[in-house]
Amino acid sequence: MAIKYTEDHEWLDVDAGSATVGITHHAQDALGDVVFVDLPEVGKHFDAKEVAGVVESVKAAADVYMPVSGEVTEVNEALRADPSLANSDPLGAGWFFKVKLSEPSQLDALMDDAAYGAFSANT
Amino acid sequence: MSSSTDPLRQTPLHALHLELGARMVPFAGYDMPVQYPSGVMAEHHHTRTGAGLFDVSHMGQLRLLGPDAAAALESLMPVDVIDLPVGKQRYGLLLNDAGGILDDLMFVNRDYQHNGDVFVIVNGACKVADLAHIEARIGSRCEVIACPELALLALQGPQAVTVMQRLAPGIEKLLFMSGGRFSVMSQAQGTHQQIDIFATRSGYTGEDGFELSVHEKKADALARLLLAQPEVKPIGLGARNSLRLEAGLCLYGNDLDTTTTPVEAGLTWAIQKVRRSGGARAGGFPGADIVLAQLAGGDSAPKRKRVGLKALERIPVREHTLLQDTAGHPVGEVSSGLLGPTINEPVAMAYVLTGCAGPGTRLNALVRGKLVPMEVVAMPFVPTRYHRG
Repeated sequence: MAIKYTEDHEWLDVDAGSATVGITHHAQDALGDVVFVDLPEVGKHFDAKEVAGVVESVKAAADVYMPVSGEVTEVNEALRADPSLANSDPLGAGWFFKVKLSEPSQLDALMDDAAYGAFSANT
Repeated sequence: MSSSTDPLRQTPLHALHLELGARMVPFAGYDMPVQYPSGVMAEHHHTRTGAGLFDVSHMGQLRLLGPDAAAALESLMPVDVIDLPVGKQRYGLLLNDAGGILDDLMFVNRDYQHNGDVFVIVNGACKVADLAHIEARIGSRCEVIACPELALLALQGPQAVTVMQRLAPGIEKLLFMSGGRFSVMSQAQGTHQQIDIFATRSGYTGEDGFELSVHEKKADALARLLLAQPEVKPIGLGARNSLRLEAGLCLYGNDLDTTTTPVEAGLTWAIQKVRRSGGARAGGFPGADIVLAQLAGGDSAPKRKRVGLKALERIPVREHTLLQDTAGHPVGEVSSGLLGPTINEPVAMAYVLTGCAGPGTRLNALVRGKLVPMEVVAMPFVPTRYHRG
């Protein structure tokens, strides 16, 4: 199990050609209380860096980007029903969607835990 | 975030905000707290149930002095300034010569000495331009004094009166939209100090509450004394925005600007009869011909109007979102919108064609390419609880 991170503050938990995607602790902290999420359609293909969802707090809205190209296989309906999961458990129950990777080599360009820790400390 | 090269200004409570763990953002040229560690949602709910302390020292405070002060200010607004009783507060609108709104403001008749004394509070982002406008137009008729040495705190919520009565007995007798001078005793660090305030019973949340004008040197002591009361928590600009929107109150720059007239903005309640056609002091303010014609209606009636909207799906609809009628024709744009924490539904203000402004009208908002159904509703979204006695 390897967690990877993007510069847009998404995380991916990669497991055998698929990845679970969410927003990082840093991202949810910057947004504040999350009140709404818009999740992608299951079965839809996104290229890396395409907007795949939206997360909104009382004070701001932010796009959620597809970290790597692939097809959405599942979305977190529990998060849709209770968007505050993105605050209370961003790396667990607050996951956004699962994607089947079409170009797994794209993972190499993403950050690991240490690199993201340094990156997010400076943003 | 800010591309401006001007350094951000700080209010007298800046160090306190940092000490309280606030997240600071640029606002109206100041480094201001958008939220404290408890977060926007908790701060919003606390203000609706307890007492929330806001630093609004970025706002402009000024005094107009002299026998002609009230009449002079009245010449800038479609509002009855002259007949406002001493000790009373009123909402006003500075207009340009096209009837567009330069700023919205609150003023108090403080003419206790019968020499002419009007106290005015204007928006922080507008205060420099307001002062220039006021000086240019009426500077020869009265003394115009900016008061940068004054801080402004707001204590808002159903328990605000309990707190203020404890600290300044007698203040509980103030009714909504009235003001007076009070003294508060602070006993911090074993030393007693008297803090003189000018308090009004008003605010920007829809709740009962007070706004406290205080010298910058006493602002920190007053804020710490208030925060030491068990009912009081600090509240940032994020909750201030959600509270005022639920209360149906306009935010200058979003819901009002120089292209909107008071009639379009639905603020005709702020234009007293005496300034309207047929009134004893009708007209005589910038843009009067346009505003009075719009009020008369007919062919001159405005084409658009500010309305309240509720989304019928749980999707926040934000400012600048375009609106369509159910046939798909463009009818207007959202000026403020968010998920209201108390009403627990997405709410918005918008400008729409007058034909679509009736309560119950169904519209669609175009959110990220999808249509979100909305309905025109009366404001406020959350009942106001002003203390009218």
